[in-house]
Amino acid sequence: MQRIGVFVCWCGSNIAGTVDVQAVSEALKNEPGVVFSTNYQYMCSQAGQDIIKNAIKEHKLTGMVVCSCSPRMHEATFRKTAAAAGLNSYMVEIANIREQCSWVHKDMQIGTEKAIILGKAAIAKVNLNAPLVPGESPVTKRALVIGGGIAGIQTALDIAEAGFPVDIVETKPTIGGKMAQLDKTFPTLDCAACILTPKMVDVAQNENIRIFSYSEVTEVKGFVGNFDVKIKKKARYVKEDVCTGCGLCTEKCPQKKVPNEFNLGMDNRRAIYIPFAQAVPKVATIDPNACNMLKNGKCGVCAKVCAAGAIDYKQQDEIIEEKYGAIVAATGFNPISMDKFDEYAYNQSKDVITSLEFERLTNAAGPSAGKLIRPSDGKHPHTIVFVQCVGSRCAACAEKGKEYCSKICCMYTAKHAMLTRDKYPDTEVYVFYIDVRTPGKNFDEFYRRAVEEYGVHYIKGMVGKVAPEGDKLMVQASDLLANKQLHIAADLVVLAAAIEPDKSARPLATMLTASMDTNDFFTEAHPKLRPVESPTAGIFLSGACQGPKDIPETVSQASAAAAKVIGLLCKDKLTGNPCVAHSNELMCNGCSSCERVCPYGAITYIDKEFRMPDRTTRVRRVASVNPAVCQGCGACTVACPSGAMDLNGFASKQIMAEVDAICK
Amino acid sequence: MKVTYFPGCTLRTKAKDLDMYARRCAEKLGVTLEEPKDWQCCGGVFTTARDEIATKLSSVRALKAAKDKEQMLVTVCSACHNVIKQTNHAMQTDADFAFRVNNYLGEDEAYHGETKVLHYLELLRDVVGFDKVKEAVVNSLAGKKIAAYYGCLLLRPSNVMKMDDSENPSIIEDLIRAIGADPVVYPYRNECCGGYIALENPESAKAKSSKVTKSAAGHGAELIVTACPLCKYNLEKNGSEIPVVYFTELLAEALGVKEEDNE
Repeated sequence: MQRIGVFVCWCGSNIAGTVDVQAVSEALKNEPGVVFSTNYQYMCSQAGQDIIKNAIKEHKLTGMVVCSCSPRMHEATFRKTAAAAGLNSYMVEIANIREQCSWVHKDMQIGTEKAIILGKAAIAKVNLNAPLVPGESPVTKRALVIGGGIAGIQTALDIAEAGFPVDIVETKPTIGGKMAQLDKTFPTLDCAACILTPKMVDVAQNENIRIFSYSEVTEVKGFVGNFDVKIKKKARYVKEDVCTGCGLCTEKCPQKKVPNEFNLGMDNRRAIYIPFAQAVPKVATIDPNACNMLKNGKCGVCAKVCAAGAIDYKQQDEIIEEKYGAIVAATGFNPISMDKFDEYAYNQSKDVITSLEFERLTNAAGPSAGKLIRPSDGKHPHTIVFVQCVGSRCAACAEKGKEYCSKICCMYTAKHAMLTRDKYPDTEVYVFYIDVRTPGKNFDEFYRRAVEEYGVHYIKGMVGKVAPEGDKLMVQASDLLANKQLHIAADLVVLAAAIEPDKSARPLATMLTASMDTNDFFTEAHPKLRPVESPTAGIFLSGACQGPKDIPETVSQASAAAAKVIGLLCKDKLTGNPCVAHSNELMCNGCSSCERVCPYGAITYIDKEFRMPDRTTRVRRVASVNPAVCQGCGACTVACPSGAMDLNGFASKQIMAEVDAICK
Repeated sequence: MKVTYFPGCTLRTKAKDLDMYARRCAEKLGVTLEEPKDWQCCGGVFTTARDEIATKLSSVRALKAAKDKEQMLVTVCSACHNVIKQTNHAMQTDADFAFRVNNYLGEDEAYHGETKVLHYLELLRDVVGFDKVKEAVVNSLAGKKIAAYYGCLLLRPSNVMKMDDSENPSIIEDLIRAIGADPVVYPYRNECCGGYIALENPESAKAKSSKVTKSAAGHGAELIVTACPLCKYNLEKNGSEIPVVYFTELLAEALGVKEEDNE
């Protein structure tokens, strides 16, 4: 028989206002196993905790129930209190009589009655509790960062700075991500390359960082502190350690007509290429879909001109296996496709472009060497119309757009408009918006400058149609403030396309068993209090893969994720959660139901020898739970048809005892 | 095959051509159009007022009539098609609306949007098939440059009409190709003609319509085809420099059924 102590908290007037705490502690005194019951104003305070500690010692308690706030709030507090007085932490139960009782009831009688029932349920459970001891597992002191944009770069640099080795895996031939494609950055207008490329060099030179470019993660196994990861290093047909990045091959390659993805297809590159001059690693890559030598064995020019002898047409994909203690997802974003937005004639006219294409057009290293021209005829545009929220905040058109605000478009459009007016004062600039959203340090001031100093025409209303007529783009729009239809003959139309998570995020989330929302953004462990952690232990989130973000925010989050990783890698051992599932092997029939529902991949099946009553042995297939991976969600206990699966600390019979106590 | 055919009131008055040629072409292509008994006006405009059911009752009656005969319901007028398809969609998806309509109608069997509604163009594309239309052509219109005018009602709202991409459609162009002519693609083919604003503010309707006709002519079209009587009225009234005809008339010409009965 347990010796249970009951501690009813007033929480000031939070609980005592609608629950008669004295009556509750009196009523619970007579429950089975209860040897002590009291109430106090603030049970979580030092004085309250002392009451608990003294009672544990004085009454030789073997279990305790705290009737207080949600266990999310103070379960950890009271577990520590119990442990300090020599009681096993897992002999503590919380009856939530605040959030689930006093806060939702107005009537003292009803509140009190319910608090007593909740207390009885917790007591019934504690009667069946058994002390639990958490296990320990070692920590591999190496981090993996998936994605080499500004988010991944910042996270990797911060982790490396703390002295831990980090690997960056990037699918493209170079790190740098979207930021490398940008021209200027708001709100200070420093050039993106000038602030990004030194960081890229830092990454390359940091002894703690390895870059796996042109690579992807293909398999993740294990658990927090002990991930086993396979990385596929795709064949780039160039020996990375030999290539000097001189670029001669990229000038001599005869295959000149490959759309250049770095410039969003607005110009061409060769079949062997270095994405841009400041690429890291600065190593050439052969595009196997364009290279004549790889396709039909006829060419070989790059191998002939390469003085270093770095070309290797026979190179194969390579699989690298490595152990990591923590994994950071930094897979970033992409603008959505404009294929379903034919009202803006994106596919009908070359002079309708996206904002990212506009960045390349104004970038000194872009296809027009920074000269703002119309892609169709190379002429200078005199009237430019910017359309915001193309596909963003689009609840009514969910099949083609996104319901959410893409967050960065208002600011970069203000930047584009301002820079255009600054450089080309003869150009009229119109910006159509639903709302202008510019919270952020110095952001609204920036937007006001575009309107007031640079004379950008901001018009509240949406563009309904862009009609290419002759060499003009006839823009039909509404001015909602003037209640007028507008017709503008534009030379260039720029669409602020909504952004969405990179397509690689969904399969990666599956590998990491990290959860995602309906838009394929990674879900954080808590939207406010744990914004850089995934609910899956050991997986951290950096940058736009968690939600739309601008550069300042991305960098803050990247550093925050790094801090969390460093905190984890500093530990030599991790204490596990003992409230994990376990299988009663004698009852397990090997059906795999539990394995299928386990969201964490914690259950595997093993063949095990059993002694039969007739003294023979038989091999049976039974479920085996890895306690280090199990998060104790309980999905398997519900799925198990034979009742073999049970959860430590939340056993089926404990739950039933609680239900019985409530229904009594 | 037999389908239920809802002509709509304009097709009995101003738009007799649209109706007559639709019937002849269907017959030629092996489809019999059967009118439901005692049909009434579709309601004219699909009002988005949620509590308005009276204007939708006649549409539901026609839909129910088609269901009783286990036929699909075909319309050819853009406005009728729009109203009937939207009403049918509301009957499928808005339980409260369907409940009130069914209560009002008081029929033995409740209607919940079971009937499949097709525009005549969809009938040609999805049931007959444009390849069959092509085979049936006797007067090729080769070399004729024809602009399709969709207007605003035929394809929108696209998630209910589910007929074609409302911003970059191709169904009429594909028909024009099937009968041997050259479609002219121009940007204003899915813009509004001005619609009923022609009554209140003729200048506005004129501005809308002439933009369409000028654009079509400017892209080299010699003829505009449409499925909507009001579009045809507005385009013609506002001085189209090229003729505007119903697509069914053009189809009748290609299928050789325009002249023969016209004596």
